[in-house]
Amino acid sequence: MATVADLRYGQKGIIKDFTEHILPIKLLELGCLPGNSVELLQIAPLNDPIYINLSGSHLAIRRSLAELIELEIIEETQAK
Amino acid sequence: MSKNINVALIGNPNTGKTSVFNQLTGLKQKVGNYPGITVEKKEGVCKLPRGVKAHILDLPGTYSLNTTSLDESLVVELLLNKNDKDYPDVAVVISDVENLKRNLLLFTQIKDLKIPTILVVNMADRMDRKGISLDVEAMEKKFDTKIALVSTRKNTGIERIKELIADYKSISSRPILDPTRISPEYFDRLKKTFPQEDLYKLWLVITQDVNFMPIEKKRIQDATDFSTKSKDDLKKLQHKETVLRYQLINNILKETYKVDFMAAKGLRASLDKILTHKIFGYLIFFAILLLIFQAIFDWSGYPMDFIDEQFAMAAEWIKNTLPPGVFTDLLAEGIIAGIGGIVIFIPQIAFLFLFISLLEESGYMSRVVFLMDRLMRPFGLSGKSVVPLISGNACAIPAIMATRTIENWKERLITILVTPFTTCSARLPVYLILIALVIPEGTVLGLSYQALTLMLLYLIGFGMALLSAMVLNKILKIKSRSIFMVEMPTYRLPLLKNVVYTVIEKTKSFVLGAGKIILAISIVLWFLGSNGYSEDFQDADRIVTERIENEGLSIYSKNYIQNNVASYRESVEAEGMSPSALQDSIQVLTTELSERAVAQEIASYKLKHSYIGQAGKAFEPIVKPLGYDWKIGIAVLTSFAAREVFVGTLATIYSVGSDEEETIKNRMAAELDDSGKPLFNLASGISLMLFYAFAMQCMSTLAIVKRETNSWKWPMIQLGFMSVFAYIIALIAYQILI
Repeated sequence: MATVADLRYGQKGIIKDFTEHILPIKLLELGCLPGNSVELLQIAPLNDPIYINLSGSHLAIRRSLAELIELEIIEETQAK
Repeated sequence: MSKNINVALIGNPNTGKTSVFNQLTGLKQKVGNYPGITVEKKEGVCKLPRGVKAHILDLPGTYSLNTTSLDESLVVELLLNKNDKDYPDVAVVISDVENLKRNLLLFTQIKDLKIPTILVVNMADRMDRKGISLDVEAMEKKFDTKIALVSTRKNTGIERIKELIADYKSISSRPILDPTRISPEYFDRLKKTFPQEDLYKLWLVITQDVNFMPIEKKRIQDATDFSTKSKDDLKKLQHKETVLRYQLINNILKETYKVDFMAAKGLRASLDKILTHKIFGYLIFFAILLLIFQAIFDWSGYPMDFIDEQFAMAAEWIKNTLPPGVFTDLLAEGIIAGIGGIVIFIPQIAFLFLFISLLEESGYMSRVVFLMDRLMRPFGLSGKSVVPLISGNACAIPAIMATRTIENWKERLITILVTPFTTCSARLPVYLILIALVIPEGTVLGLSYQALTLMLLYLIGFGMALLSAMVLNKILKIKSRSIFMVEMPTYRLPLLKNVVYTVIEKTKSFVLGAGKIILAISIVLWFLGSNGYSEDFQDADRIVTERIENEGLSIYSKNYIQNNVASYRESVEAEGMSPSALQDSIQVLTTELSERAVAQEIASYKLKHSYIGQAGKAFEPIVKPLGYDWKIGIAVLTSFAAREVFVGTLATIYSVGSDEEETIKNRMAAELDDSGKPLFNLASGISLMLFYAFAMQCMSTLAIVKRETNSWKWPMIQLGFMSVFAYIIALIAYQILI
C-alpha cells in the first residue's frame, strides 16, 4: 500500500478512506481527509522530514507520520 | 452607558492574528502570563465608535478546540467558563484568505459554543494575486455571521471590525452544526443523562483533557446511569465531527469561494527551492546565523559599553554628591550597579529578538525547523530548538526567552535546561585571560594553540548541551502528546510594526520579570562583599594605612605607580614639555596614583575580610583540590552572580586597581602558590576553564529560567547539577594534569 512517505518530488496522491483511527486529529483538521489530495513539495536534506501540500495546507511532517497516511498516487511526474 | 466589551481574538497560527491585535490596540497592550502557567497572555484596549471601549484578549493560536498543548487547553477552558472575567461577549475569529477552509473549521466550533462570533478574513490584499474571489454577502448568510475583509498590511478593514464589535448584540449566536449528527445514539443518551447541559459543551468536556470550572468532568464520569465510551470510540467520533464540519464548510465554500489556480503558484515554490536546498539551504542558514552572532556578540558591544559607562558615571556621581554613608554606598554600589547589571543585557535581547521576529514574520523560521529537524532528533529535540541553542552561544538569557516558540513542553524544558551549557559571551573574558596565561604560544598546522583551545571550549559547551539533552530526554518523564507538524507559511515581507512590538515586549518582559530577582541578588552580594563582622574589616582603613606607613606600599602598588608614571612620561616627552613642568606634573600624578593605590589596598583588604572574603577562605579546602587558592575561590564565588566578574574580582583582590587586562594578567602570572611555583599553571588554568564551561554561574539566567518554567525547581536543579558537574570535571582535570 502506498503512503505519503512513498511520494516522489512533485508527485500527487489522493488520500484513501481510512478505517483505522490512528491518525492524530490534528492532521485531519489540517485537511488530511479521505478524497483530499497530497503533493510532495520538498524533502529535507537528510531525507526527513518531508514538506507537503495537503489540500492547500503547506506542512512539514516526519516520515514516521507520513507512513500512516495511505493514498493512491495519481500523477506520475518526470522524476528529477 | 459605557460598558467594556470583552473581545477574544481567536485563530489558527499564521493568520496574522497578532497583526490584527496590534492594529486594534496599538501600544495599549499588556503582555503577561496566565496565572500558574507560562502561556503568554496578551491583552489590550481598543476604542470603539460611540465612546465604547473594548477589552481585547489575544488568545494563543490554535487549529481547533481539540487540544494537544497547554496553549490550546487554555482557549477551550476560557470559552467554556462563563464565570471567567475574560469570558468574551463576542469572539473574533481571524482567518487567512488563502487557508479559509481550514480556518473555518475553528470558526464553526466557536460558533457552536453559542458565543456571538465575527469572522475576519485577513490578508485580503493577496486575493487578486492568488486569483481568489469571495461572495461575502452569501457567506455571511450561510455561516450566519458578519464578515470583515481585512488587510493589516494595507491597513484596511480595521474600522469595520471595530464597528462589528461595537454592534455585537446584533450578531447571531446560533450554533451551526447539530452535535447529534456526530452520533445520534450517543448524544441522545447524553441528553437524557444531562438534560440541563449544552450538548456541544458537554462533548468538549468529555473529549478534552482540560480543567473545567462550570461542569465538573468528574460528575460525568461518576454518573452511574451513563457509561462513557472508550478512548478509541471517542476518537472515532471526533474524526466524524471533523469530517462533518468539513462537509458543511465545503458545501458553503463551493458557492461562495473561487480560486483561479492558474493565478496561484508563485514565490513560495521558487524560494523554497533555494532556502531548503540540500547545500544552499544550509549555507544561507549559516550565513544568517553568522549575522545574528555578529550582532549579539559584536554590535551590541557598543551600546553595552555605553550603558556600562553611564552606570559607572551615575554611581560615581552619587558617591561624590551625596554625603558618605551606608545609604550612599547601597545606592551607588548595590542598587545602581544592580540595575546596570540588568540594563546591560537589553542590547543583546533586543538584537536577538529583532532577528527572530524578522525570521518568523517572513516565514523563514519554519524552513529552518524543516532543515534542522533531522539533525536534532538523536538528542530528543526537534528543529525548533536550533535557534535557542545557537543563540545561547551569545547569551543564554534571550535564548531561553526564545524557547517560547517550542510548543512541546518537554522539548522546551530540555532546551531551557541545556542552553546554559553553550558558551555565552560572559565566559569569553575569563577564557581569554586564562588562555593567555596558561596555554603556550605556538602553532600546529598553522593554527595557534590558543585559538584551538578557545574553539575546543566552544565545542565542549555545545556538545555538553546536546549530550545532556539526550540524557534528559531519557530521564524526564513528561507526557508530551504533541506530534511534529510544522506549518510552512507563505513568505511575507515582515511588518515593521510587529517586529518593533516584539522587540519592545521581550525587552520589557526581561527587565520587569527577571530584573527584580537580579536586583535583589545584586544587593545581597554587595552587602556581603562590603560588610564584615571581624575587627580586621571594621578597622581596615587604620590597619592598612599603618602598614603602609611602616612597610610602604605593596610591591604591586609600586609597580602600578611606576608603570603609569613611565607611560605618562613617554607620552608627554613626545610632546616636548619643559623638564621643570614635567617634574611638577609627575609629582602631581604620583601623589594622585599613591592615593589611589592606598584606596585600592584598603579595598582589597576589606574584601578579604568581608563576609564573602571569609566565605572564600572557608571555601578554600573545597577548591584546593581543583588547584585554586582562596583568592580564586572568592572570584569563583562572586562569579555565581555573573561569570564576567571573575576578572574584576581578581583585580580587586590583587588590588591592581585597573581593569586593563594586561595589568591583571601580569599580576596573575606573578602569583605563586605555597611551593613557590606559578599558581596559574596549565593544570589549574584548564581546571578553571572547565569549571567555567560547565558551572551555572549566572543569576540572570536562573531568574529567567524561573520565569519561563514558573517554578524555582528547575533553576535550582540547574544550579545544583551544573555546579557539581563542573566541580567534578575540574577536579579530574586538575588531578590528571598536575
